[in-house]
Amino acid sequence: MNDIQNVSRRGFLKGAFVAGTFVLGVQFVPKPLWAGVSSDTSSVFQPDIFLSIASDGTVTIVAARSEMGCGSRTALPLVLADELDADWAKVKIDQAIGDAKYGDQDTDGSHSVRSFFDQMRQVGATGRAMLITAASQKWSVPQKECSTEPGFVVHKATARKLSYGELAAAAAKLPVPKKEDVLLKDRSQWRYIGKDNALFDLPEIVTGKATFGMDAAMPGMVYASVEHPPVLGQKIKSYDDKAALKVRGVKQTLTIDTFKPPHHFQPLGGVAVIADNTWAAFQGRKALKIDWDTSPHSVYNSDPFRKTLESTSRQPGKVVRNLGDVDAEFAKGGKIIEAEYYTPHLAHASMEPPVAVAEYRDGKVLAWAPTQSPQAVQETIAGVLGIKKEDVTCHVTLLGGGFGRKSKPDQVAEAAVLSKQLGKPVKVVWSREDDIQFDFFHSVAAMYMKAAVGADGKPTAWLQRTVYPPIGSTFDVNAKYADDEMGLGWNNLPFDIPNHRAENGPADAHVRIGWMRSVANVYHAFAIHSFADELANAANKDSVQYLLELIGPPRIIPVQLDPDEQEEQKRYPLDTARLRHVVELVAEKSGWGKRSSGNGHGFGIAAHRAFFTYVATVVEVEVDGKGQVQIPNVWTAVDTGTVVAPDNVRNQMEGAASFGASLALLSEISVTNGVVNQSNFNDYELVRMDSAPKHTSVYIVESDAPPAGVGEPGVPPFAPAFYNAIHAATGKRIREMPLSKTKLV
Amino acid sequence: MIGFKVNGKDRTFDGDPEMPLLWYLRDVAGFTGTKFGCGMSLCGACTVHQNGEAVRSCSVAMKEVNGTSITTIEGISTNGLHPVQKAWMEIKVPQCGYCQAGQIMQAIAFLNKNHNPSDSQIDEAMSGNLCRCGTYQRIRAAIHQASKEMI
Repeated sequence: MNDIQNVSRRGFLKGAFVAGTFVLGVQFVPKPLWAGVSSDTSSVFQPDIFLSIASDGTVTIVAARSEMGCGSRTALPLVLADELDADWAKVKIDQAIGDAKYGDQDTDGSHSVRSFFDQMRQVGATGRAMLITAASQKWSVPQKECSTEPGFVVHKATARKLSYGELAAAAAKLPVPKKEDVLLKDRSQWRYIGKDNALFDLPEIVTGKATFGMDAAMPGMVYASVEHPPVLGQKIKSYDDKAALKVRGVKQTLTIDTFKPPHHFQPLGGVAVIADNTWAAFQGRKALKIDWDTSPHSVYNSDPFRKTLESTSRQPGKVVRNLGDVDAEFAKGGKIIEAEYYTPHLAHASMEPPVAVAEYRDGKVLAWAPTQSPQAVQETIAGVLGIKKEDVTCHVTLLGGGFGRKSKPDQVAEAAVLSKQLGKPVKVVWSREDDIQFDFFHSVAAMYMKAAVGADGKPTAWLQRTVYPPIGSTFDVNAKYADDEMGLGWNNLPFDIPNHRAENGPADAHVRIGWMRSVANVYHAFAIHSFADELANAANKDSVQYLLELIGPPRIIPVQLDPDEQEEQKRYPLDTARLRHVVELVAEKSGWGKRSSGNGHGFGIAAHRAFFTYVATVVEVEVDGKGQVQIPNVWTAVDTGTVVAPDNVRNQMEGAASFGASLALLSEISVTNGVVNQSNFNDYELVRMDSAPKHTSVYIVESDAPPAGVGEPGVPPFAPAFYNAIHAATGKRIREMPLSKTKLV
Repeated sequence: MIGFKVNGKDRTFDGDPEMPLLWYLRDVAGFTGTKFGCGMSLCGACTVHQNGEAVRSCSVAMKEVNGTSITTIEGISTNGLHPVQKAWMEIKVPQCGYCQAGQIMQAIAFLNKNHNPSDSQIDEAMSGNLCRCGTYQRIRAAIHQASKEMI
């Protein structure tokens, strides 16, 4: 029962909103969980909280992780169904409410399949073993003469078979076998794992029937839209709602208290307009007059803050990894190369803005939300309303994108707070402007890089410093240094350099900082792989060959470990052989070196391991005489270990190229006097079909290593590969995101 | 009183004539397949058909709906799946799926006018529709595939 790893990889939650206790093995509970599966519950076979089989043959599998487009709601039930030998056409998926019994439900860190693959296999295999036992007893034949085919136990010798539905009642009376007595399938026997299965929700999505958070409703609910403090931490001095109340459909206004620092996932505060439809609530807000108090964060201005970050990055910082002695090497006075890189804040901008429905009644809360973390919903609402988290029931809808934003349920807490005041269910709908201005932003970052280069062009010393307001500031007002972000591509540089030091400098946060798809890997990979390409150019060497030389021979790179991550790190060592392989594979597939760069046409490469998945990307660019950039091709090689759903891996990598193109080309959040300057897709731009990469080809490395994850790791290599291609095409070195800040001609 | 059709059925509305069609469809009439994304015609998530033309329902006031015929994703096909929906299934376009109803409605209106589009014609027609998951290349492929069935 103990080969399920502790999944607490996102230690940002340590001591803050700890996501419940972890299920480290397969739990068995005797009572049925779902009303409506069958009226005759005695005939429901339920060997585990994740699985039940009704007498009509319906197999119900619980998806305890949220579906935001990465496919885990399909992948994990598919794994269970495979080991159960279920007929996938008869499988029904029940989305779990937030409950610690399911283990960690915070769907982030690309770890759904990584953390639950073994457990789902075990549950499915246990169910299958019990159904075989039930059949063998009915037929009075030895178990070993029985086999299964989808939905049936078969006795080949006598050509008999019984459906899982027919066996459910008998199986329900059997004891659950011990783990060691349950046989898992051999890989060669997998029917669904590794095949191109469609998303479970695909038919509902294309017909408009799928229920997203935006579509959730409760009887008798009213609609609310909240005018938040423009600057973080501002309180209401006074407000005038006379004009707002005259708007047709507006019922009343209410206030929400501004959080007490640290803000965690608490509501920002503000004035809520309550109305009988969303549009009336939006219109009412426009008519509000609010006088806000001051906030210490109104000092925040992006331009001077950038200078502060850059200045800090030029000073010694906290050492997070040290090999050899870079200072001694620099003192030798050979060839020294320095470079600085800068990335702005970014907003997640999922297509579905934050939204939630909640009802407070008799000291309890019932919520429906598109949340990555229903347990965080429980804990946040419990904290804000002073009730027990067990008294918060959170149902999870489909998420219209998440990218990390929807791990933070402040809007769900708003709905609960308002419902308590109103005594009826409330649907809180954020506008796009709310979404972009009041995000938990991807951090602004400055990186300083310095290398001493030997006669062969290879670095003998490599110093890297990174500075940004840390995610920890969301949970601790005094946090100035990064914590878990260091493991995201900074304290584990996989290069063969004898003298290396990685540092992190302090920075203050003046907006809410959160994690966004690949998190710190985005700016860390940008700096490291842009700098690697600068060194390759300085050495007059081919970028792929130089990158392979930097990575060096196949070996395991030792990484610094948090005690709670050691088991997982052992299972997923940083293996340069796998990194080399994706580089070589993508070079081969892209035809690297066969077409020369220059005259507005170029190729660039970057390779990065994030969330235990190795990704190498080659980007091709065309820059015309006006400086307009097109991306005709992207090639991505990915080694994510065992693959459950290969077509979904391809889709995630294709999407990551577009997501990467948005941040590399267009997107920027900036702040003036504490107020975010951007507000909608006109000024916070994302790539569209005509600016996105035209074609992304994905090559999946076949592997029987443990599964890693694919939601995020495609993103980090894109920007440096793209900028390296821009350099190859134009000779311009881009050291600042996004590209739109630089004139190419 | 504003009179119009939604998915072939007669409807009336006597609320605020300035209310955008999007919020009538979602909050009043319960057609939640049409999604809210930006409220400013910048993302295309709310795309529906008005007299067969693709429009951004967030920016069409109810007073402009009077006397017109609206089709939403729920009404695009009364008899099984539309060829565009079928192509979306076969190519496995969606990731999160939130923008896809708008993408499908835009694609159908486009293909009704252009049965054999080039890549650049598709890009031009579809660039008003954002997909943050980045499924653009599959959308383009699905439109090509559907175009073969619609000829």
